[in-house]
Amino acid sequence: MARDKTDVAESPTPKSAAKAQPQPITAMAVIAPAVGWLIPGAGHLIQKRWGRGLLLTLSVVAMFVLGVLMQGKVYAFNTGDILDILGFVGDLGAGGLYMVARALDIGRGAIDLATADYGTKYIIVSGLLNIISAVDAHDIAIGKKK
Amino acid sequence: MTLSHFTATLVFAFFASIVFGITQRNEQREMLKYGAKCFVFFVLGTIAAGWAMWILRH
Repeated sequence: MARDKTDVAESPTPKSAAKAQPQPITAMAVIAPAVGWLIPGAGHLIQKRWGRGLLLTLSVVAMFVLGVLMQGKVYAFNTGDILDILGFVGDLGAGGLYMVARALDIGRGAIDLATADYGTKYIIVSGLLNIISAVDAHDIAIGKKK
Repeated sequence: MTLSHFTATLVFAFFASIVFGITQRNEQREMLKYGAKCFVFFVLGTIAAGWAMWILRH
């Protein structure tokens, strides 16, 4: 039993080994999350993770588009209600999709439709999921993830 | 475009689970398993919350 414990202590898990070695900051570690934020899934695509990248693009774009089609609201920058501010922050996560929506002035929100509120949440969540994707692209770039 | 409450739940759970599966696991098989688990939890969680609200209302 004692020998087993020693073996376990001497052989670090891949997670602790990754923590022990500081990862160098490469250009890709900066570019991948930035591109991934701007164009959903692109952070994975430029690192040749084709399948994952396409699935992430599909998921984030589909949620954003469905949200707009359900007449959800796209928040503009505001300093009003805390929920409106958080809504803006979530929407901003969608990167390029958010910019296009704002530029085309779509996503005004329909307050008389119950499903429009779902649309608003779809848009916010697509932004938040895009941020998770961009962070994942960064993890791949620094070698923390395969 | 109008979706029913349940359809909206399913669509939301489907896309969110794909992103969770890909980003939270390293191996392809693990991604699939985790994504499927997230999908089930999303849907069952919504149904459970719906029933909880119904019980509170009555």
